[in-house]
Amino acid sequence: MSFKHKHLLGIQALSASDILTILETAESFLEISAREVKKVPTLRGKTIVNLFFEPSTRTRSSFELAAKRLSADIINFSNQTSSVSKGESLKDTVLSLEAMNTDAIIVRHSYAGAPHFISTFCRSHIINAGDGAHEHPTQALLDAFTIKQEKAKFKNLKVVIVGDILHSRVARSNIFLLSKMGAKVVCVGPPAFLPIEFQQFGTQIDYNLDRAIEGADVIMTLRIQLERQQKNSFPSIREYRNIYGLTEERFRKAKKDAIIMHPGPINRGVEISSDLADSLQSIILKQVENGVAVRMAILYLLLGGKDRETSD
Amino acid sequence: MNEKIKARVMDSRKIKRVLERITTEIIERNRDLKNLVIIGIRTRGIYIGKRISKLIKNAENIDIPVGVLDITLYRDDFSELEAQHMVKKTEIDFSVTDKDVLLVDDVLFTGRTIRAAMDSLIDLGRPKTIQLLVLIDRGHRELPIKADYVGKYLPTSRREIVHVKLKEIDNKDEVLITEPSSLE
Repeated sequence: MSFKHKHLLGIQALSASDILTILETAESFLEISAREVKKVPTLRGKTIVNLFFEPSTRTRSSFELAAKRLSADIINFSNQTSSVSKGESLKDTVLSLEAMNTDAIIVRHSYAGAPHFISTFCRSHIINAGDGAHEHPTQALLDAFTIKQEKAKFKNLKVVIVGDILHSRVARSNIFLLSKMGAKVVCVGPPAFLPIEFQQFGTQIDYNLDRAIEGADVIMTLRIQLERQQKNSFPSIREYRNIYGLTEERFRKAKKDAIIMHPGPINRGVEISSDLADSLQSIILKQVENGVAVRMAILYLLLGGKDRETSD
Repeated sequence: MNEKIKARVMDSRKIKRVLERITTEIIERNRDLKNLVIIGIRTRGIYIGKRISKLIKNAENIDIPVGVLDITLYRDDFSELEAQHMVKKTEIDFSVTDKDVLLVDDVLFTGRTIRAAMDSLIDLGRPKTIQLLVLIDRGHRELPIKADYVGKYLPTSRREIVHVKLKEIDNKDEVLITEPSSLE
């Protein structure tokens, strides 16, 4: 078993066996975060940059902790405080960072494909931490890790993803990953957020949450991204909650041992009721906890061993 | 890669006898056996450690806990390897602080694994003492490391490979010396 990729740009480029390698490696990293001294020397001397052109708390700090627990040096770079605000191009920004001998660059950008673009001229390993509405591979991997922890397998699990599928990179990465692993994915949302084209990814599409949720093993609610909405894309938050919000009543239609997930940050009382978000069946905080181990595994697998030539 | 077997240096009876002798040495040396814990280095150190724990139980009726240590994250050749080693779990569900830790491995060679294991142990706590048990000491040390309990000293050349096989995972107990065959 080995992992041959140089970059992590999306789930699409990974095979089912790559995904299993990452999940199994992450399993071994979980224990480190439970130690009193939460640190191993593995990536000592490696320099990692968090290059975030969009706001983030969870993902950025999760990567930062993952790097630090592996003893790498990490610097944080956000566009608000950088020369990007002085009009520097993305390429120039990255090249000047790389001139300081970085080993890996973790990129979040509002344009789909930005991490891929960077990987075309960079020596460093590139990790996509979310690009536009394209992919957010580490989120999907930590979601998969959490599902595997709870359900032990993916085959034939019914996973319902509810919300603004169209604008969600989390949904896309999860759809790719879960279908590769043999789960049955059903996407649910208002028609404006759920173009019929999503069927080509091998998912089922439903506009009725009450129907779709029946017999579900996993319900993944997505944040309504108020900052990405065009005006008039849906009538009102109240209407959205009435039709697509996850409520106790709706949740009862899922399997008895169904679990609730959310990539965060939550809009309580919109896509999910506040009580459900805090209920025993909600594993939202588990997802955050597992995120560090999964990102440690990814850093380990990408930065370990001799430099690789493979380009994706 | 093809390997040619040069010698079969231990069989199941010999391994058993050697582990019994080492158990006696451990009991003699550790007056306070209740303070002893065993840490087996993945993979075969775990099974040797478990056997020792059982032998001590039979002899003294004391339960010695056995933990599992994976040293991959502490290797010193991390960037030279062709591919990353798969990381496996470290499973030590007791504290090592103030304990007499008996570190167990199958073969002692360059000493680098033991260096990594000691660094890793010390990150987990502050043992009172660390002792080292190996089934085979094949020489060629690159670090100033010496075992406290040795099953068998086995002079080898660097080219040779020592294989320790244990019933628990290899279906039989034996120690072999092999050599990579020069023919492609």
